[in-house]
Amino acid sequence: MFYREAGDFKTSYRDDGQTFPIKLDRWGYYAILAVAFLVVPLVIDSYWANAVLVPFLIYAIAAIGLNILTGYAGQVSLGTGGFMAVGAYAVYKLMVAFPGVPIVIHILLAGAITAVVGMLFGLPSLRIKGFYLAVATLAAQFFLVWLFNKVPWFYNYSASGQINAPERTMFGWAVTGPATTASAKYLICLSFAVGLAWVARNLTRGSVGRKWMAIRDMDIAAEIIGVNPLTAKLSAFAVSSFFVGIAGALLFSVYLGAAEASEAFGINKSFLVLFMIIIGGLGSIFGSFAGAAFLVLLPVFLKNVLVAQFGWPTDLAAHIELMIVGALIVFFLIVEPHGLARLWALTKEKLRLWPFPH
Amino acid sequence: MKLKLATVALGAVMAAAPAMADLVVPNLSYRTGPYGANGTQYADGFNDYFTLLNERDGGIGGERVRTPECETAYNTEKGVECYEATKGSGALVYNPLSTGITYQLIPKVAADKIPLYTPGYGRTSAKNGKIFEWVFNAPANYWDGASVAIKYLLDQNGGSLEGKKIALVYHNSAYGKEPIRTLQELGKKHGFTLTELPVDPPGQEQKSQWLQIRCDKPDYVLMWGWGVMNQTAIQEAANIRFPMENFIGTYWSGSEVDVKPVGAGANGYKALTFHGVGMDYPIYEDMKKHVIDPGKASQGGQFVGSVLYSRGMYAAVVIAEAIAKAQELAGTPQITAAQLRDGFEALDITPERLAELGLPDFGPEIKMSCDNHGGSGMARLQQWDASAGKWTLITDFTQPDQDVLDPLILEDSEAYAKEAGISPRC
Repeated sequence: MFYREAGDFKTSYRDDGQTFPIKLDRWGYYAILAVAFLVVPLVIDSYWANAVLVPFLIYAIAAIGLNILTGYAGQVSLGTGGFMAVGAYAVYKLMVAFPGVPIVIHILLAGAITAVVGMLFGLPSLRIKGFYLAVATLAAQFFLVWLFNKVPWFYNYSASGQINAPERTMFGWAVTGPATTASAKYLICLSFAVGLAWVARNLTRGSVGRKWMAIRDMDIAAEIIGVNPLTAKLSAFAVSSFFVGIAGALLFSVYLGAAEASEAFGINKSFLVLFMIIIGGLGSIFGSFAGAAFLVLLPVFLKNVLVAQFGWPTDLAAHIELMIVGALIVFFLIVEPHGLARLWALTKEKLRLWPFPH
Repeated sequence: MKLKLATVALGAVMAAAPAMADLVVPNLSYRTGPYGANGTQYADGFNDYFTLLNERDGGIGGERVRTPECETAYNTEKGVECYEATKGSGALVYNPLSTGITYQLIPKVAADKIPLYTPGYGRTSAKNGKIFEWVFNAPANYWDGASVAIKYLLDQNGGSLEGKKIALVYHNSAYGKEPIRTLQELGKKHGFTLTELPVDPPGQEQKSQWLQIRCDKPDYVLMWGWGVMNQTAIQEAANIRFPMENFIGTYWSGSEVDVKPVGAGANGYKALTFHGVGMDYPIYEDMKKHVIDPGKASQGGQFVGSVLYSRGMYAAVVIAEAIAKAQELAGTPQITAAQLRDGFEALDITPERLAELGLPDFGPEIKMSCDNHGGSGMARLQQWDASAGKWTLITDFTQPDQDVLDPLILEDSEAYAKEAGISPRC
């Protein structure tokens, strides 16, 4: 009744092709952005920033990155953790080497460095596909983590191989280091997440994204209609790694503040991000956010309910939490194999007809 | 849905907000995952000592102690979540039992002004209190342990390790890498060659490392392992028939859970420790009367007296003593985290005091000051007796080689100070 296209007249192709063609959606989007940028920073405390929102936003960026590669271009990757490590170590080296440069530039540069590395490891994708490509990217994961453990130059020869983020500022506000306020941490991650999601959305609905999707759907057919697989696949690897690299840089510099390659960027991280996009929905920007929310927020939420609310022993709660999250993943995938994004789309379809379904 | 989740979670957090009256010592423990078998015993010892103080003495200085537990699974991200979740509750000191989490927390505790107590783990150079104002790692750290182990080997070899081969099997993480620099320096000083064999965490897969040991035939093997890595390494050593008495683990590679799965094959395995083990201490009479028999022991008291239980208890003893000291200095039982730091810096646990606590000769003397946050660094060795099923102490507390360690600590802490922009105090 309220959620419908009727009465929302479009007078140009531009209006027709916009991301949120329905007025209510559009308003909802602007309202969420306004709340996220204007209200949340005023009320956020360090628990909400550090345990909930900052990891959610960072993983959302990583999930968008992987979604571009796997969901849009159809190239399965298990190297996400390794590429995040590239972003983290790149930003660390840059931060320490050029202390005067604003941190945002370092983070973007770290993304660019990761893009180059990602393209390098994307080269095999021209020859190998599917599971075999997954194994090749798995090699990237292990190689990169091994490299950052093995070569002391990457961690500036510190005794323990740990990297620590020194304090760096943006417009006079600390955004890395211990003195960072909760709202500064949150805002920097939010700005990156919103900006990158906007870029991803516009890339994927333009010619670049259409080429990726053509390759995903059937690469030979795509080649016949004139899509160059070399540029399409490598650009997918580059853009995806750029996103993942930024996520890694933020994870290390803003969120954790200290990291070591094998613990923070191990194979588990690759799987975590892959699960996010599978649960959230392959080939969907919203799905990346939904998947990240599901896998970041749900464990924290369950922990708070089980331990703080019910007073269960922490180990029992931790085990039950794993079981609940696992069961929910199975449940969601049975109910909707295309992920939360599809579930959301179906809800919207139904809402359009409500209350007179046919 | 997200918003709803958020509201409920907020409700949960709010409901958990405690009365601020007690002394709060959060226990960031781990009872799950590949390190859970070890972490759970430590957490029990830690909890039980504070339960004993509460039951027997009504707390410390009349203030009851609460130890809200938070499961980290030895994972740094969960560790950060636990720290943030508990720091608002009036937390006085953190003891996360994870070098990775410690590295995360070092800058954070300095900003929040909460002490971090990391006995036998964490960042070794935090011993330099001039730079690490909020971090304490007495009585001993990794480099002390490495040096004590080498000293022991020197004794065994009539004072010279010239031409000997020593292999280091280590957890490939910040924790395992810590002793390398010291061992390299000691190698230069004493003329032994060091082979470094990293094991990727969690460490169930060590075939190639032990194959290499079999080929190289080192005279001694040192191990910096934790969790499931320990059992695997000891099993592999037994499989290749490496002489167990030449195999020395660090503090964290020498507990019952590490050797028991290997059975008789583990007999003679040695490990470092910085405290006593077993139940032959008077404190256990009180513990039995006030904690175990009334059924108040953490997890039913199934691990009382084990190595890691003793270590958790020892950490609690030091924290409790520091709290008492801080109360004395501040003149009030209601101390703040900043006052507790003063308590740590003025801490002096003499052998007499330990005997008074019912733990005679349990640990070395701990005396800290503004510039020394690491105590004496003394450690001792224990050996596993598989037939009796218990650890026996085989050396006295030994001083580490401070001539080698002090310059290394200075160098590493100054590098940190430069990176983090800290100017030395004291």
